[in-house]
Amino acid sequence: MRFNLWRQLTLIATAVVIGVPLLVICWSVLQLVWSNDTSTLSHLWATVVPEYIRHSIILLVGVAAGVITLGVTTAWLTTACRFPGQRILSWALLLPLAMPAYITAYTYTGMLDFAGPVQSTLRDWFGWGYGDYWFPEIRSLGGAIVVLSLVLFPYVYLITRATFIQQSATTLEAGRSLGLNPWQCFLRLALPLARPAIVTGATLALMETLADYGTVQYFGVTTFTTGIFRTWYGLGDLQGALQLAGMLLVAVILLIFIERWSRRQARYDQRNNRPAPPFQLNGWKAIAASIACWLPLLFGFILPALQLTSWSIERSEVWQDPEFWQLTMNSFGLAVLAAVLVVTMALWLAYGRRQIPTKIVRTSVAFAGLGYAIPGLVIAVGLMVFLTSIDHVIIALSESWFGVNPGLLLSGTVFALLFAYSVRFLSVSLQTIQAGLGEIRPSMDEAARIQGYKPLQVLRKIHLPLLRPSVLTALILVGVDVLKELPATLVLRPFDFNTLAVRAYEMAGDERLADAGPPALMMVLVGLIPVILLSRAMLKSQQSALKEQEFVPVTA
Amino acid sequence: MSRLQLDNIHISFGALHIVRGVTLELKQGEIGCLLGPSGCGKTTLLRAIAGFQALQSGFIHIDDSSVSDEKHTLAPEQRGVGMVFQDFALFPHLNVEDNISFGMRKASAIERSKRVDELLDRIGLPGYHKRFPHELSGGQQQRIALARALAPKPRLLLLDEPFSSLDAELRERLAVEVRELLKKEGITALLVTHDQQEAFAMADKAGVMYQGELLQWDTPYQLYHQPKHQLVADFIGHGVLLQGTVNTEGSLASPLGMLEHPSLLQIPAGTPVSFLVRPDDLVPDPTSRLRGTIKARGFRGAHNLYTIELASGVEILTLSPSHEEFTVGANIGLRPEFDHLVVFAADHCELPGFHDQAPTVQPLPTVLPKTQSA
Repeated sequence: MRFNLWRQLTLIATAVVIGVPLLVICWSVLQLVWSNDTSTLSHLWATVVPEYIRHSIILLVGVAAGVITLGVTTAWLTTACRFPGQRILSWALLLPLAMPAYITAYTYTGMLDFAGPVQSTLRDWFGWGYGDYWFPEIRSLGGAIVVLSLVLFPYVYLITRATFIQQSATTLEAGRSLGLNPWQCFLRLALPLARPAIVTGATLALMETLADYGTVQYFGVTTFTTGIFRTWYGLGDLQGALQLAGMLLVAVILLIFIERWSRRQARYDQRNNRPAPPFQLNGWKAIAASIACWLPLLFGFILPALQLTSWSIERSEVWQDPEFWQLTMNSFGLAVLAAVLVVTMALWLAYGRRQIPTKIVRTSVAFAGLGYAIPGLVIAVGLMVFLTSIDHVIIALSESWFGVNPGLLLSGTVFALLFAYSVRFLSVSLQTIQAGLGEIRPSMDEAARIQGYKPLQVLRKIHLPLLRPSVLTALILVGVDVLKELPATLVLRPFDFNTLAVRAYEMAGDERLADAGPPALMMVLVGLIPVILLSRAMLKSQQSALKEQEFVPVTA
Repeated sequence: MSRLQLDNIHISFGALHIVRGVTLELKQGEIGCLLGPSGCGKTTLLRAIAGFQALQSGFIHIDDSSVSDEKHTLAPEQRGVGMVFQDFALFPHLNVEDNISFGMRKASAIERSKRVDELLDRIGLPGYHKRFPHELSGGQQQRIALARALAPKPRLLLLDEPFSSLDAELRERLAVEVRELLKKEGITALLVTHDQQEAFAMADKAGVMYQGELLQWDTPYQLYHQPKHQLVADFIGHGVLLQGTVNTEGSLASPLGMLEHPSLLQIPAGTPVSFLVRPDDLVPDPTSRLRGTIKARGFRGAHNLYTIELASGVEILTLSPSHEEFTVGANIGLRPEFDHLVVFAADHCELPGFHDQAPTVQPLPTVLPKTQSA
């Protein structure tokens, strides 16, 4: 009993600690309301905020339109139709998820800017010179929309596809018997039935868009994330940064509510008796379908990957550079450390939720799982404020007691990074582990108990072997996410501590795109692992398609 | 010697009383069955016997040693009880052989493999050793779950709705098979179900639970023919409860007519009672003065089950062989043919003394069928 009470307290404490960055930001907003000191805010409002809002809204609307168009088209074609290449495409369309958006942005800049291969070729062919012709500027708001859509559409694809597979043949056959042609069946039955899934997928993509820093920063688009960074680092205005973070948080929460609201009564689950027979496409229709599916893959993954490979070959000397391998070690060490930490926490929370399902424990665990929605930069800002103030207390105490200044123990070390990763990626591992734990029905525990096994033996004989795949998956997902995470790492990393993501960002920032190639390629290669896991899970669950709750975002 | 004994068991979750004062006994080798609608507490009772649920008061004895009382709950693994779960709870990472031998921890490898072979033979799945649970059909999984529970030779086997996830045809066949298997192994078992056909096919003793109370614990025959409580009569089999009033002469005025029975003399005149009329208590008889209109006909294979509205407006049920067919809306005569009477007082409990002798029935001459008078 006492142990149970103690255990409950640790669960609640975990949730509170995970919530610290959020609480800090809420606190700063509340303070603003109480103190009525709106000078910073009104200055921001007068200068930059309207622009941030305008750009963010255009970006969100554009990306929403992009991911829904690409995602739904490819999902419908690969599930409902049969054409050459359909089988490969059905898993290959997940590949763009392996590309961090900012890396794709670098590759397109490399390909499309004035000195890039595309414009050079055009000039060679037509004999144009500088200023003779118009070419779309990739480093723009429109470019950001295109790049983010190309990278994020697999979210919509994955979830919508699962829904299309679940849709029962009888629904569509009923439509046909009532006089609809196949195209009308899609528009009037399949699409409305998939609406909750489309909304969920689009929401995930939009959250990533709001959290994105690398792409918009590189393209020079001012949004909240770049604004937070500039207000804090450029202007040294921490209060302003906190307030902007608060606004970004409001936008994220708004997004979550819109998603919940849009599928409030949507329970479109169908008993999957018989999957609908696919349409066999022939002739020009098959070619058109093929092209429609290959293009997003080509632009979302193949071309950027080729560009990275060519840069990596161009800068082959980097691969022998010990500094590069030091960087790689840093990244992987950090990823492993964070993954083990986060998964351990997730296991503790998931088991607590299973074994002491009191209301407060359930609320705590649900709260601890909210982090994925919060942009990394927001977490970083909130955490920085909190940790520095604690550090100052520690320094003051240490100086008065021992006369020693220990330095920034928390905010200046890897501790801050691990803390931020825990907040952001706990939900990824929590969902994976809870899904795995859900497979172990309580009656299995009881069956083992009644066969004469003690609780710890049940854990070893039943839970350990059954949970191992979920734990491994969670470790990989978190590890890769950590490897790719840019904004939080950029802000919170200890002095002189670099990772692959930060190196790629710095090189691109210095207009040394080719030098960004090797670290970026490394990240993409590692990023392929969870995508492969995901595609295997997707193919395996063709029958019992992926549930929405089990789905977690895999890019950072 | 009683294998399982429950004494006045109470279980509650907070303010919610799930099981109230249940007492029952199972002898060595007997198969018992708890029947009842969902939410009546029967599964909770079973889990208490398994040791997954603590008692508020009462005792549970297995082989005359106490395993649960209000203070102590012996851990499930120390009870020597086997259990078959509603969802089978087979371990998905173990093959059939490992699943079955999972509980035989102290046995040698040879003993294990012998026992697994023996059980697989008995359940009709020889050679299934290396299969995994997900490769098996529902019925096969059910049998493996049973074999796994039987493998350590438990003193007592508990079965929680073991057939509920199977389809109807398979359910009946398996129930008979499982009974044979349990009898062969000499296992004492307690089964929980909401399906009375299953209970009748399996049980030596059965009971009906309602809102946490065990209304009656008896043989299936007695439950059907001599229900001790109105709710038991209601739950088991088809039948209708008719209202009547005891007259001064010791007879019972009812919609069927005047019923006379010596035991009615014990009851004060004017007492309202209800009595049970099973479909087989009424036989179609064209010459009978008791008449009614057929409202509905249900085909039951060998029989038709008719719902008949009497002139008084009361609806009753009767059976007749299916080749002797009446049309809906027809007016037929009915002759009561009681072997015994089951009479309930106003508190829904049975009144004693009506079992030994059949009543005589005098259809009321004054009650004329409306269709004839029209």
